[in-house]
Order: sequence, then structure tokens, then C-alpha cells
Amino acid sequence: MDGTALKLTETVARSSATETPPAVPCAAEPMPAPPKSNLVWRWLALHRSQLRTLAIGAVSLVLFLLAWHLLTKYRVTAHVRFVNVPSPEMVFDSLTRVTRDNKFLSHLFLSCRRIFIGFGIAATIAVPLGLVMGRFRLVREIVFPVSEVLRPIPAIAWVPMSIMLWPSNEESIIFITYLGSFFPILLNTLHGMAMVDPVLIRAAQCLGAREASIFREVYFPATLPHVFTGLTVGMGVAWVSLIAAEMISGQFGIGYFTWEAYSLVQYADIALGMICIGVLGLGSSALIRGLGRVVMPWAKT
Amino acid sequence: MTVTSAATVQQGKVTVKDFGLSYDTLEGAVEAVRDASIHVDPGEFVSIIGPSGCGKSTLLNAVAGFLKPTRGEVAVDGDAVAGPSADRGMVFQQYSLFPWKTVRENVEFGLKMKGMERSKRETSARTLLGLAGLLAFEKQYPENLSGGMKQRVGIIRALATGPKVLLLDEPFGSLDAQTRLIMQQILTNMWQRLKTSVLFVTHDIDEAIFLSDRVYCMTARPGTIKAEIAIPLGRPRQQSMMMSSEFLALRRGLMSLIREESLKAIGGEVNDIALQGLDIELHGRTLADVI
Repeated sequence: MDGTALKLTETVARSSATETPPAVPCAAEPMPAPPKSNLVWRWLALHRSQLRTLAIGAVSLVLFLLAWHLLTKYRVTAHVRFVNVPSPEMVFDSLTRVTRDNKFLSHLFLSCRRIFIGFGIAATIAVPLGLVMGRFRLVREIVFPVSEVLRPIPAIAWVPMSIMLWPSNEESIIFITYLGSFFPILLNTLHGMAMVDPVLIRAAQCLGAREASIFREVYFPATLPHVFTGLTVGMGVAWVSLIAAEMISGQFGIGYFTWEAYSLVQYADIALGMICIGVLGLGSSALIRGLGRVVMPWAKT
Repeated sequence: MTVTSAATVQQGKVTVKDFGLSYDTLEGAVEAVRDASIHVDPGEFVSIIGPSGCGKSTLLNAVAGFLKPTRGEVAVDGDAVAGPSADRGMVFQQYSLFPWKTVRENVEFGLKMKGMERSKRETSARTLLGLAGLLAFEKQYPENLSGGMKQRVGIIRALATGPKVLLLDEPFGSLDAQTRLIMQQILTNMWQRLKTSVLFVTHDIDEAIFLSDRVYCMTARPGTIKAEIAIPLGRPRQQSMMMSSEFLALRRGLMSLIREESLKAIGGEVNDIALQGLDIELHGRTLADVI
């Protein structure tokens, strides 16, 4: 036992001597100051470009707020009218006011629930359908024409039809959300299947993999990065569709809240609604990206 | 020599008889390979060499089971090849490792497909990784490996299932010259321990001579077997042998055979002046005849 172990370590040692492992990428810029053996300093030096991005981003956001503040404070009118536009302070006041009652929070909760259900159903149908369509030509030949005819119709155009189709308002809004995210997910999955490197399929076959194993071990993981691209795009479109649907036919939801604020001449709430929609969209995209990183530890981005 | 217990080494016999392959185009059938007959004896290292596009990879793919012969037969240990299987392990020029699997998971793949339980295949893969000097990288993803390392993983992944024959399709073609030499030495050392049957396709003359017991030389399209050359160099092989007069004599012979075919493959207008210094044995013919 000991003999083999020794031999193995020997081979390892020898081979690493003959071939150096790929070098760790090192910082291209020279150190700005004489090197200190301080860990914090080295960390800062290594992450300089990220820190820079972060700092500039923060400054840019502050400048945007300042511009908004000034434009509304002096009620600038240069063709575009800032007369009735709420200032950042008013929006902040409005935020502290609405978060105290449950009504606003239930608007947010309802919108999130609609996204969760609509997007969830779209993902559960579109991903497997895309995989099967990519693998089996007949399925693709049957489904693709229908999907190509329906795809160019914006989800918002489905609103009247959706109200006729579904017994409740809630279901029709979820249906619109579902429709919006369905096609980006389907198409990206399909594209991913088409991009699978055929040499990997052949390698798997040579290692004794059968149809089911090839599907599970090669096609599926190879397509995953594209699936996640589809999910990210689909999530964006889901929000677009949801907000439009809520504005037209809703009684609850953040889209409805924003539209209602306009009708009730509560201008600060309009901006508040918009910002909430933006933050929720950003958050859900980040959630999908995070999930992608967990599911695909091999992919760098 | 105890390391070999990791993969049960098999020594299959490959027989290709009167193999022909053509495919249909609008202009009619195009013949890629014609009447090729080759064999690999149990435990023998055989190379096929020829200019690019001569059909040497076609021949290899037929042995792997990816292509069906139009004429003739392909068999391993007497059984006709019906499709790809773990019987014939293959290493491709493009690295072909699964990017979503760690190095060890890649090596384990064939064993997993065989239904071997996790702990057993882990032990097996680790032993093979040790043999290839890659144990330290078992948990890395292929992306973090150099080209030479990736191809070493590719080779032991193909060996892990204990195939009857190992097929290599220009495995070192995309490596730089230095790494290539090291990989040739590693491969010959591994073969020396495992003694499995190998069919190796390359366009590199030195590589073919250095590694093989026998070399088949193929002609340009349609590919046929032009010559079969035994390599009587001693074993185990070492890089220093590449300077021996025996090696150089073999090299000169093969070089002349290949150049004629490469010229045909290049085609077009090549005149005597352009080809000065190529040093082809004309055997009394003119260069134009040869081309």
C-alpha cells in the first residue's frame, strides 16, 4: 500500500515539474506604492478596478439624484415640464408614509406572487419543451411553426383575449405574465440545444452512454447557460407584461398602484411605484443570476 | 507495474477489410476512402499517417462506430462494429472534456455509465489520475487546465472503462511543439505499462515513428493504403531515439511517401522552382508525374 502511494506522489511531483499549471492571472498594473506586507493593502490593490467601478457608480447615482432634485426644485420648463414632477424628498416622504400601512405592501406582494406563478409556470413548461424540441426533430417541426406565429404578438396585445379566456382577473394577469416570459425561455433553450458541441456527444457515446444518459449528462448541462440567459430575459419581459396588465385590468399590484396614483393626482406615488418596479425587476434578475451561479459552478460569469 | 490494476486492460484485435466509404453530393458520389485494409494486433500500437483530408480520420471514425462503411467490413475481436461503444475508447483532437464535470468526474464518466458504484469508480479514477500525474487537479474544472493536461485527462478517461482498443484522432494536434513532445513521451510510457491495442491517427511523421510498432501511410483522396511500414525501434521508447540513424532512415522514407501525397492534396499550380529543396525521391519520374 505504502509503496503505491509513494509511487503515485512521485509521478505527481515529476509531472508538475515537466508542465507548469496555468498561471494565476496577476495584476497588470504595477503597485502604486512600495509594497507593504499588509493584507488589507494587498486586497485593495488587487481589487482596484472593481473598487473604481463601485466608486464611480456611487458618484453617478448621487449626481442623478442631485440633477433630479435641482430640476424639480426650480421647476424647470424647457419643452419638457418638471412643474408637477415630484422631488426625491417628496418620494422619500411618500415611501415612509406608505410603508406604514399594509395596503402598499400587499400591492407589492401581489405583484411578486403573480410574477412567481406566471414565470414559474413558463419556466416549467418552456425549458423541458425546448430541450425536447432540440433533441427530437419531429417535435420541433410540429411546435416551431405555431410558436413562430404566436411569438411576435406582444403579451399586452393578449389582454382582451386573456380577460375573455380566464374566469378571474387574477388568472388573466398571471396568464399575461406567463406569455411574456414563455418565448424568451423557449427560444434560448432551443438555441442552447443547437449549440451543443457534437464532439461531446461523440465522447459520451464512446464512453458507453445511451440516449437517456446523453440527454441528462451532456445535452442538459451543456444547454444550461443558455437556459439561464432565457430565464433572465424572460424575467424582464414578465415584469413588463405584468405591469401593463395590472395597469389595464388590475385592482391590485404595483402597476395598478402606479396608475391609480396618477388618477388620484398623487404624483409622488407615481415615482415611488416606478422605483419599486425597477428595484423588483433588478432584484429578480439578480436572484436568477445567483441561482445560475449555484447551479453552474463551472461557468465563470 | 501494480498501477495497471486500475483499469482492466484488454487487448483487442481490430480488422478492417476492403473498407470503402463514399457520400452523396449533388455532383454525384464522392469517394473518401477506397479499399483500405488494416489491422491492429492485440497489444499493438499502430498509426495511420497521411496528408490532411486523406480519409485517415474517416477510417478511425468507422472503427469507433460513428460512420458506417459503404463497402467492406470493420470488426473488433471478430465482432462487426455496429455503433459507438465503450469497447473502443476514443480521444479527440478537440479536448472534448465535459466542462461541467470536474477532472475526476470526467474520468469516472465511463464507469458511471457502466453502473459502477460511486466509491469504486472514485478509487479507480484516482488511481488513473495518479498514473497521469493529475491527482492534484482532480477537483478542478477542465477550464483551469492547460492543453496538455486536458489531453492527459482525455486519454485516461478513455482508458478508464478498459476498452479493447484505444483510438486517438490527432490527439496532440492543437498543442504547441514542446508540450507535444512531452505528451508523446507520456503516452508511450503509459502504453508501455498498459500494453493495450492502439490505433493512432496523425499527420506528424516523427510522432508516428516514435510511438508505433507499425505505420500505415495513406494516399490523398480517395484515401487508400499506400504503404505499411514496420518500426523496428526498441522499447521502451525515449526522445533521444529521435536522433538515431535508424529513426532518421525511417523518417526519410516516410517523408518521401507523404510529400508526394501532400503535394497531390495541395493541388493547383506548383512548379519545379517552387518545390526546390523538397527532396522527393522521383525514381526516374518527373515531378509533374508524381503530382
